[in-house]
Amino acid sequence: MNAAAIDAKVEAGYNFAYLDEQTKRMIRRTILKAVAVPGYQVPFGSREMPLPFGWGTGGIQVTAGIIGPDDTLKVIDQGADDTTNAVSIRAFFAKTAGVATTDHTGAASIIQTRHRVPETPLREGQVIVFQVPIPEPLRMLEPSEVETRKIHALEEYGVLQVSLYEDIARHGRIAWAYNYPVVVNERYVMSPSPIPKFDNPKLNRNPALQLYGAGREKRIYAVPPYTPVRSVDFEDHPFKIESWDQPCAICGSTASFLDEVITDDRGSRMYVCSDTDYCADRVAEPRSAADD
Amino acid sequence: MYVAVKGGERAIENSHKLLAEVRRGDPAVPELTLAQIGEQLTLAVDRVMTEGSLYDRELAALAIKQARGDLVEAIFLLRAYRTTLPRFAVSLPIETAAMAVRRRISATFKDVPGGQILGATFDYTHRLLDFSLAEAGEPAAAEPAAQPIPDRLPHVSTLLEREGLLEVAPPADDGTPVGDLTRDPLRFPADRDVRLQNLARGDEGFLLALGYSTQRGYGNNHPFAGEIRFGEVAVEMVPEELGFAVEIADITVTECELVNQFKGSAKEPPQFTRGYGLCFGHGERKAMSMALVDRALRAGELGEERKSPAQNEEFVLYHTDNVEASGFVQHLKLPHYVDFQSELVLVRAMRAQAEASRKVMAEAAE
Repeated sequence: MNAAAIDAKVEAGYNFAYLDEQTKRMIRRTILKAVAVPGYQVPFGSREMPLPFGWGTGGIQVTAGIIGPDDTLKVIDQGADDTTNAVSIRAFFAKTAGVATTDHTGAASIIQTRHRVPETPLREGQVIVFQVPIPEPLRMLEPSEVETRKIHALEEYGVLQVSLYEDIARHGRIAWAYNYPVVVNERYVMSPSPIPKFDNPKLNRNPALQLYGAGREKRIYAVPPYTPVRSVDFEDHPFKIESWDQPCAICGSTASFLDEVITDDRGSRMYVCSDTDYCADRVAEPRSAADD
Repeated sequence: MYVAVKGGERAIENSHKLLAEVRRGDPAVPELTLAQIGEQLTLAVDRVMTEGSLYDRELAALAIKQARGDLVEAIFLLRAYRTTLPRFAVSLPIETAAMAVRRRISATFKDVPGGQILGATFDYTHRLLDFSLAEAGEPAAAEPAAQPIPDRLPHVSTLLEREGLLEVAPPADDGTPVGDLTRDPLRFPADRDVRLQNLARGDEGFLLALGYSTQRGYGNNHPFAGEIRFGEVAVEMVPEELGFAVEIADITVTECELVNQFKGSAKEPPQFTRGYGLCFGHGERKAMSMALVDRALRAGELGEERKSPAQNEEFVLYHTDNVEASGFVQHLKLPHYVDFQSELVLVRAMRAQAEASRKVMAEAAE
């Protein structure tokens, strides 16, 4: 696409993808460092965006830093393209970058997500951008940033092991359902962002580049393609993902993360795929879906 | 049959239209002008400029109008605009000793050179609702003072400094570049320039509560209001091509210098120490709270034990920013049903397990 064609599509008065070029360069430098040290949280000069902190400003800045006019963007929240904040972020980039947007995981070059990894496997060349509220996986165990930086530097993750052990002693299992900590490349403990632990295995040796942006906390980190990612566990209490005793009520999938939908006030409920694109694809072409 | 909700885009658009309508209110009532907000809600404008980190009365008034009077929302609007502006240069430090003073008081001496100047203050008003304000009307004109205020009022602190009773303030500009939180993330330990920037941008209510906590024993630092002054100061910068300072603006600021007791340490003799506060416009509550917290945060440097929240640098500096805080608190409104589903699965499994072990225990007891 030539410059004039880009200009024509981008909202007047904004730079391409909203941020100025200096800021985007700073973000790209941060991303390069993050890719070079997988799982390490790199501080960056996070800007105030026209969307509130805590509503995806980190992911938005990362996406703004890497997006080009030929990219196709997909934005999901809770696995769905139609949730209000996903709609708002997609509209933001359609307006300020004039890029093509899509609901289809396979058609997207960049996928910005909150709380889910798509069910459809990602491929080489795709980038998945996670919105991260609290980038520090040990924050709820140690509130001080000075201390947690020391823990990572010295690779002294005893406090995490003890916390998981206490869960097992008290509840007979690790009581950590989402934002379940992982070890990246056998070095840094990392927060996978608040995805359900169901999605953790998808991070391991994924062919796509994973970028994580925390705007309010001013950190970016990354998992390069095909990097080993292991969920923290014990030999006698291995990591396990959630399962449901019924399939998706719409597409019949037994391999996807299901949302519970309350259908009346007498306790009736049904289970449907949280990934709306995956579910719709299976309804359209039941045989082609991944878990058949 | 449940169908995934579509049409988020239209719903959002309609919500925005409704918001504009609600903002305007009853169309029979004349619409607020920016001049009215700028002239009659001056202290709201001052607060929005201070915490929005942008000195522009008109834009602050616009933000207040757009935010329907929600000042934290107005601060957010101004910040989001500010972040798109290029940074041309760094000004010279403002010289508050040369302030065109409109109000200046000291609580440490009965009289000070230049005198106590009350100016316009709520301080001695009786807080009785003035029902006459419900109707339009012009107030009686205030009489001008018999003598003009001197051009230059030395700070009260310089009097104590001369006697060696007060720690000497570091030189105004020692040549090292000042930090800028809007460009570089906070790192610890934070230098005082960054701390002061953080506090100046910080939420007035949060700093007020923290400052108050020090007065109630959580890190007490025995403060005296050495001086509070409010008025206009010149902003100067040195354009590279000129090589000398030129005035680019006059701004209104409130400055608070606290004088705090200090018993001395192994390195320092007993002397008074300082806490400093500064904000745009007229904001004494903010400047004083900031000064209390600034002094509390100097605990480490002065060899005092850090044991209270206001002395904890990470606790204070990470939580002052109301744009960050408001966003994160309110993000709980976003859908969390995936996380919640994970928790539901976990809690149900744990309940089933607890129930099973209760049964085993009950059978064993029989």
